Amino acid sequence: MRWSLPTVAVAPELKPNFWDLAIIPVIFALLALLAYGGAQMTTPYDVGEKLALSLDPTNLPYYLLRSALRMAAALLASLVFTLTYATLAAKVPALEKVLIPILDILQSIPILGFLSITVTGFIALFPGNLLGVECAAIFAIFTSQAWNMAFSLYSSLKTVPNDLIEASEMFHLSPWQRFWRLELPWGMPSLVWNMMMSVSGGWFFVVASEAISVSGQNISLPGVGSYIALAIAEENLGAIGWAILAVLGGIIAYDQLIFRPLVAWTDKFKVDSLPGEQIPESWLLTLMQRGRLFRYLARLPAALWDRFTGLLRQKDEATLFHRAPGPVITLPAWAARAWDAVLMAAALAALVQVALFIHAEVSFAEIGQVFLYGLATTLRVVVLITLASLVWVPVGVWIGQRPLVAQNVQWIAQFLAAFPANLMFPVAVVLIVRFDLNVDVWTSPLMILGTQWYILFNVIAGASAIPQDMKDAAGNLGLTGWMRWKRFIGPAIFPSYVTGAVTASGGSWNASIVSELVSWGDTKLEAVGLGSYIARATSDGDFPRIALGIAVMCLFVMAFNRFLWRRLYMLAADRLRLD
Amino acid sequence: MAETASTTALLDLRGVRKTFRTPDRHERTVLEGVDFKLEEGEIVALLGKSGSGKSTLLRIMAGLIKSNGGEVKYRGNTMTGPARGISMVFQSFALFPWLTVQENVELGLEAAGIGRDEREERASQAIELIGLGGYESAYPKELSGGMRQRVGFARALVMRPDVLLLDEPFSALDVLTSETLREDLLELWDERKIPTKGILLVSHNIEEAVSMADRVLVFSSDPGRVRAEIRVGLPRPRDTESAAFRQIVDEVYTLMTAHVRGGGIGAAEQLTLGYRLPDTTPGKMAGLLESIAEAPFNGRADLPQLAEETELEDDQLFHLFEGLRVLGLARIAAGDIFLTPAGQAFVEADDAVRKDLFAESLVKNIPLAAHVRRVLDERKDHRAPEDRFLQELQDYLTDDEAERVLETVITWGRYAEIFDYDYNAGVLMLPEEVVEEMEAEEEAREAKESGE
Repeated sequence: MRWSLPTVAVAPELKPNFWDLAIIPVIFALLALLAYGGAQMTTPYDVGEKLALSLDPTNLPYYLLRSALRMAAALLASLVFTLTYATLAAKVPALEKVLIPILDILQSIPILGFLSITVTGFIALFPGNLLGVECAAIFAIFTSQAWNMAFSLYSSLKTVPNDLIEASEMFHLSPWQRFWRLELPWGMPSLVWNMMMSVSGGWFFVVASEAISVSGQNISLPGVGSYIALAIAEENLGAIGWAILAVLGGIIAYDQLIFRPLVAWTDKFKVDSLPGEQIPESWLLTLMQRGRLFRYLARLPAALWDRFTGLLRQKDEATLFHRAPGPVITLPAWAARAWDAVLMAAALAALVQVALFIHAEVSFAEIGQVFLYGLATTLRVVVLITLASLVWVPVGVWIGQRPLVAQNVQWIAQFLAAFPANLMFPVAVVLIVRFDLNVDVWTSPLMILGTQWYILFNVIAGASAIPQDMKDAAGNLGLTGWMRWKRFIGPAIFPSYVTGAVTASGGSWNASIVSELVSWGDTKLEAVGLGSYIARATSDGDFPRIALGIAVMCLFVMAFNRFLWRRLYMLAADRLRLD
Repeated sequence: MAETASTTALLDLRGVRKTFRTPDRHERTVLEGVDFKLEEGEIVALLGKSGSGKSTLLRIMAGLIKSNGGEVKYRGNTMTGPARGISMVFQSFALFPWLTVQENVELGLEAAGIGRDEREERASQAIELIGLGGYESAYPKELSGGMRQRVGFARALVMRPDVLLLDEPFSALDVLTSETLREDLLELWDERKIPTKGILLVSHNIEEAVSMADRVLVFSSDPGRVRAEIRVGLPRPRDTESAAFRQIVDEVYTLMTAHVRGGGIGAAEQLTLGYRLPDTTPGKMAGLLESIAEAPFNGRADLPQLAEETELEDDQLFHLFEGLRVLGLARIAAGDIFLTPAGQAFVEADDAVRKDLFAESLVKNIPLAAHVRRVLDERKDHRAPEDRFLQELQDYLTDDEAERVLETVITWGRYAEIFDYDYNAGVLMLPEEVVEEMEAEEEAREAKESGE
């Protein structure tokens, strides 16, 4: 099957915004508050004794189940978050002003940084109970899934066609009905695609978040991630192999049981399918739609769904006219201005607070040092994305132009993107030690190990979407060699390449936290960079330094997005669309 | 009994006014002093060029937007929002793609809280009535355009509306399909198979309006208001080839093209910078001029005949007429269009001379074109960002309209080679040849001065 092009999780209409600047300190203040709270609550964590873990492969299915459930819980939480957050942002301009910049920043914050900050809080929330740690792990996975989903729904809600809004008004749909009947269905295809991307990225964090070491404590939740951590500590390569198999099983299960049916189902929400586009299929959905028993069972939920969407209908049979509140709720002018002032004040207060919190512990010299680390990591990201592009763009184009190959390879590439690359890190450590390689250079490829596939499968999608008549024309005009790339292939695949590269670069920043500090048994390799700085601060439980590291990385990522990716994306959207 | 019913019109609009605010807080009046009545038992067609505000008026009657002044009454009650009893059919169909035909038709009933059984029953009836029986479980994207619009009609009719508002419902369909659908609707209406008491049709197709309506209202633009009313006394179904029918069509053409201020007299009226250039291209205008010049018209063409000959849609044609008129290339009087001396000269010239003639006429008659050229002449580098002009236009027009007008003037100016445009940079500039010419002149002058 062929996948349609994904919608990018950045809202293209977002211009660099004054509120972005104002909001950053607020976010950091909240994080710092959490951190401060966490530092205050460093009561020794006591789950009784260490949770028993065993490397026996027969335990793996159970571990896999636990991990998959964590993923599901996080996905559910992300969905609830998305439905409320994105809807509020799209409907209330006064909140939109705050919520969207916040989302933009949350998206840039290295996710693994969240874990160290939140875990102590969660543990304190459920004292003497495993639930706290579970929540922390789920929260970490949630933070890797929620933001792009919320963005996707938000941009969908902002682009509901006007004639459909008018039709729903003419037929007196209440705001509640309009949401379930019009707005959510409209956003469904892009939301499901983003959920799929989220889960794909989530496996990486499942592996990273189950074995948490905070303030010198090691907490291992039963799950595939902990299994791997134990295997690494015991230098058991066979167990790593089993774990890889287990994760593959998990990915396949999610794909076949959840996303394939979902994607096939959401096809009906698309306004128009393009001619020649293959209709997504799912054996499970087909089974459910065709099977008599399933259809019979489906009647009960259908009736409930009717009740649910009909809950808040306009009850104005007696009155002739009724104007339902519009799709957007605005404040009166004076209130809007007051609201702006409140936001400004909060931003200023937060800025002062963050500065005090960090500076109490860290000298200015070190802050400068951290920025240098940031540059080192930036260099790695830039070089690696370039290298990966040089390799995968030609390969992707070659594959994309051969439909039969593309079908199979793209499927594999998506699996590779979902596969948690951190499973492969031990192999790298062994190699680096064996051949005595430069740690600063040779740990770098690890950060792109999992994310390069986004470039590949997006380029494949782009190349296979080039219309046949354009290819014919290019051949007819005798375009060959460099000229063919410059005038035809390059511009044609550019939009999808940018989509892939944005995702890959974002993922690489995140991965730097686990890839710049890797270990195998007692061997520890540390590359100079922002990622290793954060990783070290995390294992030391040094909250001001964690906050500083995350803040700096966040600034780098945002600058990267603003000055490079968003511009390229706008260029692609504006000038190089193929339609 | 009958008299009491007829005393209140279904829809009654008095002095309706609608303004939109441009970004610079200027107000643009879209509708001004509109009086309108829809009586029980009649079909009224509202004819106007695109952008004349007729769709806005329809949306005011639908309760979708509020007027800024005047009164809007439905059965004697002031309207504050979409009224139950008024249904609408959309130009773009506006079907919910994720709902089946049956579910689309049921949606309004569901919103009204009608129980499942009754809903299904009524929807099935409406689907059957409009000729879609058998397609209940199809999704809109499986249907052709004509069938989609049938769903649009079924969805409106299932509400058993008092008043049916039709917003150019046939304009997205091909000629044959739209004719069939029109006939089917008229049959339902004439045979009283639907409880609807009045229909308002918004259209820019003259023949469509005359073939359906009891009254045709001609709408003028800037600001939009009802300019004329024609009663069509012919019994339905109407023979579109009959002399009586053709005569009414001719009359409407004359009314539609008659210029309010100039009354068709050649002297160009003073246009402003914010004049809304008609949405057409120099190529099309040249083509139409040639058609008029050639046989069978030989310089003077009857409008409906020309429409038939060129196979252009009425709306396109009106934009073309308007363009030729403001450029002084053609004149319209008494339902005919004929070439002016300038138009005659244009037709006879070769391509290069045509460009010169067009340029001359453009700078003389269109203030916006003259303004752009003047700014570019005065600037040292002979370049100016498009935003500069866009902002000026936004003083007069809405954002979208300002963009469209600027785009149009760029197309015209490029053809005339009086200025050029860089799409990537969004910059207007003088054509290279012009700049070179100017520089050469400058040098010559300097050489002369230093020589003295």
